[in-house]
Amino acid sequence: MKALWITLTFIVFALLLGIPVVRIAGGAWDDGWSGFAAGLSRPEAVHALMMTGLIVVIVTAVNALFGVMLALYLVRAKWLGTQLKRIMNSIVDLPFAVSPVIGGLMIVLLLGPDTALGSLLNKAGVPIVYALPGMVIATLFVTFPLIVREVMPVLQEIGDQQEEAAHLLGAYAWTTFWRVTWPSIRWSVVYGVVLTVARTLGEFGAVLVVSGNIINKTQTATTLVYEDVENFNLTAANAVALVLAACSIGLLLFMEWAKSRKAS
Amino acid sequence: MHVEVRGLNKKFGDFQAVRDVEFAIGKGQLIGLLGPSGGGKTSILRMLAGLEKPDSGDILFHGRRVNDLPPQERGIGFVFQNYALFKHMTVADNIAFGLQVKKWPKPKIKERIAELVELTGLAGFEKRFPHQLSGGQRQRVAFARALAPEPQLLLLDEPFAAIDAKIRHELRSWLREMIDRLGITSIFVTHDQDEAIEVADEIMIISKGKVEQKGTPWEIYKNPQTPFVASFIGESTVIEDIASLKGFEAAASWPGTKGLIRPEYIEVGKENEFILLSATEAGRVSHVHFRGSEWLVEVQVGEIKLVTYRSLEKKVLQPGEEVRVLVHRAYLFNDNDNWVMENKLKEDPLPVHI
Amino acid sequence: MTNMLQNRWWSWGFRSAILLYFILLIVFPIIGIYGQSLTNGWAALVDNLTEPIAWKSVLLTAKLALFATIINILIGTMAGWVLIRYRFPGRSLLNSMVDLPFALPTAVVGLMMLLLLGPRSEVGHWADSLGFTILFHEPAIVVAMVFVTFPFVIRAVQPLLEEMDASEEEAAYTLGASRAKTFFRVILPAMVPGIMSGAMLAFSRALAEFGAVVLVAGNIPGRTLVASVYIYGQIESDNPAGAAAVSVLLLTFSFLVLWLVSYVQSRRTGR
Repeated sequence: MKALWITLTFIVFALLLGIPVVRIAGGAWDDGWSGFAAGLSRPEAVHALMMTGLIVVIVTAVNALFGVMLALYLVRAKWLGTQLKRIMNSIVDLPFAVSPVIGGLMIVLLLGPDTALGSLLNKAGVPIVYALPGMVIATLFVTFPLIVREVMPVLQEIGDQQEEAAHLLGAYAWTTFWRVTWPSIRWSVVYGVVLTVARTLGEFGAVLVVSGNIINKTQTATTLVYEDVENFNLTAANAVALVLAACSIGLLLFMEWAKSRKAS
Repeated sequence: MHVEVRGLNKKFGDFQAVRDVEFAIGKGQLIGLLGPSGGGKTSILRMLAGLEKPDSGDILFHGRRVNDLPPQERGIGFVFQNYALFKHMTVADNIAFGLQVKKWPKPKIKERIAELVELTGLAGFEKRFPHQLSGGQRQRVAFARALAPEPQLLLLDEPFAAIDAKIRHELRSWLREMIDRLGITSIFVTHDQDEAIEVADEIMIISKGKVEQKGTPWEIYKNPQTPFVASFIGESTVIEDIASLKGFEAAASWPGTKGLIRPEYIEVGKENEFILLSATEAGRVSHVHFRGSEWLVEVQVGEIKLVTYRSLEKKVLQPGEEVRVLVHRAYLFNDNDNWVMENKLKEDPLPVHI
Repeated sequence: MTNMLQNRWWSWGFRSAILLYFILLIVFPIIGIYGQSLTNGWAALVDNLTEPIAWKSVLLTAKLALFATIINILIGTMAGWVLIRYRFPGRSLLNSMVDLPFALPTAVVGLMMLLLLGPRSEVGHWADSLGFTILFHEPAIVVAMVFVTFPFVIRAVQPLLEEMDASEEEAAYTLGASRAKTFFRVILPAMVPGIMSGAMLAFSRALAEFGAVVLVAGNIPGRTLVASVYIYGQIESDNPAGAAAVSVLLLTFSFLVLWLVSYVQSRRTGR
């Protein structure tokens, strides 16, 4: 019985997870090394990968800062009423329930060129939609809960007594945070950051809607894959997809490691 | 440090945790806040430390109002119930934290750590992390950390609650000795009366957010001012119909009066063990328990069940045996008043008072 | 004193910055989309939703997401059980692989599915020879949905199994229950809350999925056009009102599911 279940599990994993990954790794080499290299060295591919990298850096930095602070406030702040905290706490999760396409649509609706705010910003020389800022905002929205959700349970678990002890020993908020709170939460933050990087790297729906997918301008790696597939340029799509997949799997391995550090 | 508290009140939602608490504590005293769990002791301690804001009332250190002073500036040492050691720091770093925050020069910090490690008997453990220490050692680290910045007031929240019964005893006398040596004003919270009686100079009994009584352990034991204090301190049996006991008939003149009798107010034995046989009551032993250092005897006197101790040196009593029972005194109380009544038939006071 | 004042300014600044960020980034857009869908009144909203292609896409999405969720309940419960209860070589490898669908970009997943199920692949050939096609038909969408939602049930079931007290099971055995009876009467009921909340999350994710689906669905209106792709199409064809209407329907649905999950969880923790 036990052997049967284990075998079945192996089969499910192999069919559902193993074969597709192997397939994509193989697909990139359909035309040999040169095909793979050609797919990657196209100017639009280089630009798209750069674009993705840029968004990853900005989004991760902003979300790490605001995510940790919001987690701190939601767990510790006494100036937020319990009721308000509960409401905010459930709102934090909403981006998980919002389809990325809808997330992108929201930003187009609020800040698109047809809206008052959008045209105003456009005139001021800061185009949001069909430009980098919109893509960053869309990705921020989609990845918002990741860090907050990683850090909050740890803050709850360690309690506030260590921080109170630090206050009584004369440490103000800043010192207390860096010397007492941060060492306890840092691995959760790292874990949340890795999740954010992975999600940002792979964000597709929201970015596609907001960016307009303009080659060499607002195209990211994932939207390039999409366009290549639509143009039946499968080998080139495979090359870019393989790079993305390799990054994701690398992050996954790093995540496993961070998880084990977090647990210790 | 001289500590004074006036009209302190604190509510958590609808729950009145502390009501109209007033007290003053002299310099160098060790005070125990004793009472049942959830009675508001810890809230009082946290308000003294500045971790909670009182709804009303004043807290004065050295006659200066400190209500608006943040905890960082109150100069208080605080030992948490679970110690709240910084778990990612070594023992030495834990102790050094408060000094580093106050920007002491490095050599002085080193010196102070060495001094405290010596004082708390933690020499050789400086490089250990909290999870590598036993409960008693952690407690000492917490104590050393709180003392490091030379506070003028030391607050301890249930300092022994998380420690094995055996080591607890040892630590209690160690703490008492330590505080005596340093001469620092200290307040500790406990729900364990033995602990309070053994360690404290003075005890404050706190229940439902109010100070029921303040005094030395002996005063409180001898002269409890409220029925709550009487029943909380020591062991006792409450007797509804106290007037039916020999020698306490006079209690009948105050209707609704109940009696509280401690085991040590009662003597039990065979007829030949009593000089004043007339003051005794007939009873029957219902149970006998061996308590290690004495017998615990339950006797039935008419409708009333009494509990007392009996020395191991005396003849062993058996359940069912007919015995004489002498009740020396009872603590009487009704809705308006409370007082101690001696057995009226006992003309000759016993040579030794309990 | 200046120090204290500065501190207060700082903390006020931080507080307002965080709250503002929170409101602008999360609350505002969500209110905005509900507002947009109603700018032309209820009638326009109803109009947009009664468009056959629109409601058919929502219905189709719900149906396929339900299929995918049921499949995930079965294999997820099994995999969660096997990974926690049995020790065998390769266990930790499988356990790390569970998160793979979360880590992979959805567009990459879509491409994978395309390659795997396409006519040039073995699976495609095999299906062809049996007389049906997978790619650009409903089965492809379900497979893509199963893939991206694979970790939810497993990750929700695992902690429950881990914290389950072995003595409960042993008590059942001492009372004479057979292994099967113990599983269905003692173990399974304890797993149900996890399975349920995992399934809810998987369902809401499947409803929302875009990247993995868009490449393999074929997107034939009324037949294989799912809601998120429909929304994207409406945006592309410059009909934000139509997109907003379906979005609001989908969003409300997802929020309900999310609320249900947190309700189930709070029931479980007894708060």
